[in-house]
Amino acid sequence: MAVTTRDVVSQALSGRRFDIRGYLFEGMLLLALLVALGILVTLLTDVLIRAMPVLTERGGDFLTSNMSARAERAGVLQGIVGSISLMIFVVVLAFPTGVAAAVYLEEYARDTPLTRFLNTVIRNLAGVPSIVYGLLGLAVFAVLLGNVTGPERAGRSLMTGGLTLAILVLPIVIITAAEALRAVPNTIREAAFGVGATRWEVIRSHVLPYAAPGILTGTILSLARAFGETAPLIMVGAVTGGFAFTASGPVEALQGPYTALPTMIFSWARQPGADFRANTAAAIVVLLAVLLIVNATAIILRNRYDRRW
Amino acid sequence: MSALRGLEGSAARRRRETMIRGGFLFAAGVSVIISAAIILSLAGEAFNFARQVDVSQLFTDGWFPRRDQFDIGTIVTGTLIVAGIGMVVAAPLGIGAAIYLAEYASPRTRRTLKPVLEVLAGIPSVVLGFFALTVISPTLIDPVCPGSTPLFNLAAAGIGVGILVTPLIASIAEDAMHAVPNSLREASYGLGARKRATSIFVVVPAAVSGIVASLIIGLSRGIGETMVVAIAAGAVGGSLFSLNPCQPGQTMTAAMTALATGSDQVRGASLAFPSLFFVGLLLFGMTLVLNVVSERFVRRVRKRY
Repeated sequence: MAVTTRDVVSQALSGRRFDIRGYLFEGMLLLALLVALGILVTLLTDVLIRAMPVLTERGGDFLTSNMSARAERAGVLQGIVGSISLMIFVVVLAFPTGVAAAVYLEEYARDTPLTRFLNTVIRNLAGVPSIVYGLLGLAVFAVLLGNVTGPERAGRSLMTGGLTLAILVLPIVIITAAEALRAVPNTIREAAFGVGATRWEVIRSHVLPYAAPGILTGTILSLARAFGETAPLIMVGAVTGGFAFTASGPVEALQGPYTALPTMIFSWARQPGADFRANTAAAIVVLLAVLLIVNATAIILRNRYDRRW
Repeated sequence: MSALRGLEGSAARRRRETMIRGGFLFAAGVSVIISAAIILSLAGEAFNFARQVDVSQLFTDGWFPRRDQFDIGTIVTGTLIVAGIGMVVAAPLGIGAAIYLAEYASPRTRRTLKPVLEVLAGIPSVVLGFFALTVISPTLIDPVCPGSTPLFNLAAAGIGVGILVTPLIASIAEDAMHAVPNSLREASYGLGARKRATSIFVVVPAAVSGIVASLIIGLSRGIGETMVVAIAAGAVGGSLFSLNPCQPGQTMTAAMTALATGSDQVRGASLAFPSLFFVGLLLFGMTLVLNVVSERFVRRVRKRY
């Protein structure tokens, strides 16, 4: 009996439908995702369980107390105040500069060697480990400009920390803002040019308003990243022990000592003893809650103003 | 002629345009200034260190900057151990998750599972350091390591770094596989291949540049990661040369924070201060090389599709 093509094909098609190896493969891949999910859930529940006693027993007191060597009296107030002050530096310095740089790269620059060089520099800056930015801050703001940033504490001041964080965030702001600008369709620009607008007028009244939600979302997310940064602040001398607010004016406050929420978590995490462990967990809960609020704001803004072209 | 003149606009308007353009160009130039400042400040102090240090101090049996022992090999080894363990954890998790999200997940599963990775990516590294110290070390490392294992050890830090890097690898690798055109998948199905064969033999090879890039970027991030190691790896004052991940150790980044948080802080007096910048320059160089290489790979993906 001759074997025809028809026989071969029908045999192949009637083969095993249930593909065990295929399902195993899919299961393994799904497992990888579930492990990530499991880690996230474990991390959050573990921190919450550890933090519960502190948060329930002390509640608001934990949020309004200063740093202390005694665990039962230590609180996160100075960390929250410090972190918010640092964020003001980021918002005031890094956001305008970053958005302006993105506008140049997306709206003005042609494909020249200079433009390509700028793009390469920015992308590489975004990949520099954050601790290296700490070294930059230490060398430039704390040592070189120490007389301006903090004459009484060798430049290890709030101003130094803020400037360092602003520089750290700058490349991320540029990249996210450039992405938002790129998403604005060219027809909008062409329409504006067509009625005689100059480049700046096109950018000011057309491109920027349309890109604003995207830029805002991106910059808020980079703010969240800056809020959790620890390593550069440790390098430029955020206080990890304890200190008293003694600043008599705004200049003295800028030149004075500071700490941040993540730096406090770092110093507490290394303390031996269960009571400081609980404090660390409680401070982490506060940090994650702040990040959750910041990120949720960004997502709500995105969903509210997101525009499809 | 006069019509063209009219189109040029007023001189004042053109002047304003030039000035505004200059302002934007300056803002873009700030990043060049920052890069130059990073390289100059690192290289300046690193040069001071190289000039003052005795070569014998660079090859001792450990990294003890306060005792003038600067064995770079110790902290580079520590860095490689931590980053290596991190990659062993992150590479299968990240790429597995990426293949699932890109090839298997229905749009609905994708929408619910992708945020998990995004949230994990948003967790600050101090928090993961605390997690590595209080959960990973006692529950995962202690039972596996022989003998009594100290709470602070390199293995726990390595796993913590791995968790940190996983979402990064997953998101870059998924982007690369997402960019593979559907015609390739359809051709594979047309030949009778099933989903698994299509994923392994068609999609992954087509996206291999992006996947490799994701691993390199992950490695670069793992090498530069500071807080997880500073919290969970121990060895505050210094560390003897060791290859044992079950023991405390120090990485380049942790050595830097240890110098900066020491009781006498970093001051200009001893060699400890310039040594900080020498290590920083080395770290900067390593991550820069990795980032440049990964960039090459990413560009290859972009060119092809």
